[in-house]
Amino acid sequence: MSTINYSEKIPNNVNLGEDRTLQRALEGWQPNFINWWDDVGPEGSTNYDVYLRTAVSVDPQGWAQFGHVKMRDYRWGIFLNPGDANREIHFGDHKGEKAWQDVPGEHRANLRRIIVTQGDTEPASVEQQRHLGLTAPSMYDLRNLFQINVEEGRHLWAMVYLLHKHFGRDGREEAEALLQRTSGDQDNPRILGAFNEKTPDWLAFFMFTYFTDRDGKFQLAALAESAFDPLARTTKFMLTEEAHHMFVGESGVSRVLARTAQVMNELKTDDAQKVRAAGAIDLGTIQRYLNFHYSVTIDLFGADQSSNAAIFYSSGLKGRYEEGKRGDDHVLKGQTYKVLEVKDGQLVEKDVPMLNALNEVLRDDFIKDSVAGVGRWNKVLEKAGIPTRLVVPHKAFNRQIGALAGIKMSPEGRVVNEVEWAAKKNEWLPSAEDFAFVASLMGRVVEPGKFAGWISPPVMGINRQPVDFEYVRFG
Amino acid sequence: MDMAVEAGVIKQHLIDPEICIRCNTCEATCPVNAITHDDNNYVVRADICNGCMACISPCPTGSIDNWRTMPVVRAYSIEEQFTWESLPAELSPEELEAAGGAADSGDEAAPATAPVPAQAQAAAEAAEPVFNSAQYGATVPPWSAAHAYTNLFPPKSPTTATVVGNFNCTEAGFDSETHHIVLDFGVVPFPVLEGQSIGIVPPGVDAIGKRHHARQYSVASPRNGERPGYNNVSLTVKRVTEDHQGDPVRGVCSNYVCDLKVGDTVQVVGPFGTSFLMPNHPKSHIVMICTGTGSAPMRAMTEWRRRLRKSGKFEGGKLMLFFGARTQQELPYFGPLQSLPKDFIDINLAFSRTSGSPKRYVQDLMRERAADLAALLKDGASHFYVCGLKSMEEGVVLALRDVAKEAGLDWDTVGAALKREGRLHLETY
Repeated sequence: MSTINYSEKIPNNVNLGEDRTLQRALEGWQPNFINWWDDVGPEGSTNYDVYLRTAVSVDPQGWAQFGHVKMRDYRWGIFLNPGDANREIHFGDHKGEKAWQDVPGEHRANLRRIIVTQGDTEPASVEQQRHLGLTAPSMYDLRNLFQINVEEGRHLWAMVYLLHKHFGRDGREEAEALLQRTSGDQDNPRILGAFNEKTPDWLAFFMFTYFTDRDGKFQLAALAESAFDPLARTTKFMLTEEAHHMFVGESGVSRVLARTAQVMNELKTDDAQKVRAAGAIDLGTIQRYLNFHYSVTIDLFGADQSSNAAIFYSSGLKGRYEEGKRGDDHVLKGQTYKVLEVKDGQLVEKDVPMLNALNEVLRDDFIKDSVAGVGRWNKVLEKAGIPTRLVVPHKAFNRQIGALAGIKMSPEGRVVNEVEWAAKKNEWLPSAEDFAFVASLMGRVVEPGKFAGWISPPVMGINRQPVDFEYVRFG
Repeated sequence: MDMAVEAGVIKQHLIDPEICIRCNTCEATCPVNAITHDDNNYVVRADICNGCMACISPCPTGSIDNWRTMPVVRAYSIEEQFTWESLPAELSPEELEAAGGAADSGDEAAPATAPVPAQAQAAAEAAEPVFNSAQYGATVPPWSAAHAYTNLFPPKSPTTATVVGNFNCTEAGFDSETHHIVLDFGVVPFPVLEGQSIGIVPPGVDAIGKRHHARQYSVASPRNGERPGYNNVSLTVKRVTEDHQGDPVRGVCSNYVCDLKVGDTVQVVGPFGTSFLMPNHPKSHIVMICTGTGSAPMRAMTEWRRRLRKSGKFEGGKLMLFFGARTQQELPYFGPLQSLPKDFIDINLAFSRTSGSPKRYVQDLMRERAADLAALLKDGASHFYVCGLKSMEEGVVLALRDVAKEAGLDWDTVGAALKREGRLHLETY
């Protein structure tokens, strides 16, 4: 059954009590996790009672239980989607065979690497966002930030469970290391670039949750296809939580745009300085933030051509997004895919073996999904009668990973020289002055129902509660 | 209840495209595959959605929680929904009527419900906001409800049950017969609670060659089995032989079920339902209002209470039943109802077509019993359950509202509390 046992020290639905070795190992890791939360979790939040969603089971009715709890007492634990004893591998060389309940020796190193890389992103984002509570634009937003933070904490538990249960001593060491690396640390940074960037303000936070948590969605969706069944079941449940994170980002940016459009209409101006003077964020700044977060996030999908991606797919470790809904042979041998490269100063497409291009396939799926949401943001502007539209930059803009790394390129996809890049950089990416301006707007507003001047209230509250509900009680 | 029976008007489930973030959670959650999407929107198929609410709480945005009253013949198609940029407004009563969806005012479609009372009509004419009974229906169970298991057997992997009983529970010799079916699950775990429903998959394919979808029926037996201690459930199924306009039509699943023989096996999916659940608290009161096969969950709750009482685990919570049918002969379980002790359950029967008697509907009886209902409305331990044809819902909730008002209660406060605390449940079809 999918009910979660809350009577144990570590809530779980995996019969942890029957595996004493594992239970002891995880109970040994738990105090370190709590210390990590206290050290680098949300700043100054220890005594807050937050209206959080907690899972009591992994069926639709069970995982959305709402109530005020202290974040430190949030029921982190191990929740897997229900298993299917007859599940078959449905892609790659092992297609048609039974899914694995244990790690096959030959895939041990790769699976460990996949799990550690995914696991490392979870605490990283909590670290990146730890100061944001001090500048929340409303109590509603503060609650959403905290909900995301505790769920990222639980996602870390999900990955640590897999490491402890299936990877022995190595797994336990990796689990420790997940708490030792720190986002942005000079000596011991997080594994992936985007997770060492700062999230200095709430516009950055909304962009991060829109774009970077969406990368999480695509990575988790690809892992939810895995032949390694415990990984598939773990990531499936994580996906249900990830949806809320993307909602916070999408609706957050929507509300910033709505407020900006309102100010522009009130003042009858599209002058960025006038909009700023009125305490709203001008559309140019929003576009530059978008350019930055989009380009940094698409780097997370890895190199355009990757033998690892081919191995992960063929051996059944990681599928494609919505693998089951695709009409091809799910083996992909002998097929090709178009990737970009720069030749003689021009971008050109070239065909490469599909298996090697699977990072690019996933990146393109992500791009399609992201662009749709940007279209919905534009509807906010359209409805307000504002002619400006946001756009995602070219795939090759500001890339640091893969064949396009380091190429100087305009957001429209024109290769530029160093001189032009240096001259235009501040038109394309947020400048120090942009960051300083947005930071100047970040005052704390936490009275129920009140909102900072640079953002509109949401259309509706959380869990059918009113917008002015007391989402956070300050102890 | 046979969800396959089409009422004239449905409460159509829709997704607000302006708030939805296309995260796919609802589609992944829906146990009957009623939700689909294209590159633009996520949409709900009106002919498949059974209102089970499984998708509601997982939705991070709230966009999933939208409903529009629509004539069934004019329900928004998924093709229409794909093109939306925002939700259409609720149809006004006039538009609804023009669209051919005015709820039939009684006789044909609604055996035991009356036209909307005159004062409500007057209120509507005075251009007050339209009374929306659905807004008072709870989506959460009572606090003392037991935890329900759901979707143990989703549509993709049904289980098999064996028929161990099938008899007509209305008076024989009448056109409209209702059957009491007992299904046994053997050793297959299929735990159900009173108020939940299960789906039955009729054999064969539909007109376009697709496998039939499951039809949902409320469980009519208590949690420990139709026979105590047995892994079996009972259902109350009306044989459908005509549509609401009186034209002959043969209900695919209801006829299949009513014709089952002992020993036959059926494909079952479910269980479904997480909010229409009874309170377990021994001091809680239950008011049951139903018509026809809407009596199934009421029978289940009553029988569970009866068994508890027999074993001494009961502390005087009241049971009150308002039950309507066209005639006494057509009222399911009329006989067994008569043998229940009066100090255990307060039974009120309404018949709308008994020759020589005036038409009486459940809401008439509710108004007659206003004094007792008012006392129950004032009591936070009271729970109200409404189940039956869609056209009864508004009249029943209006009757509750009027009873509250006459007793000096503020209906907005009472109604909101009933909803918030999971104490008013509407299941109409």
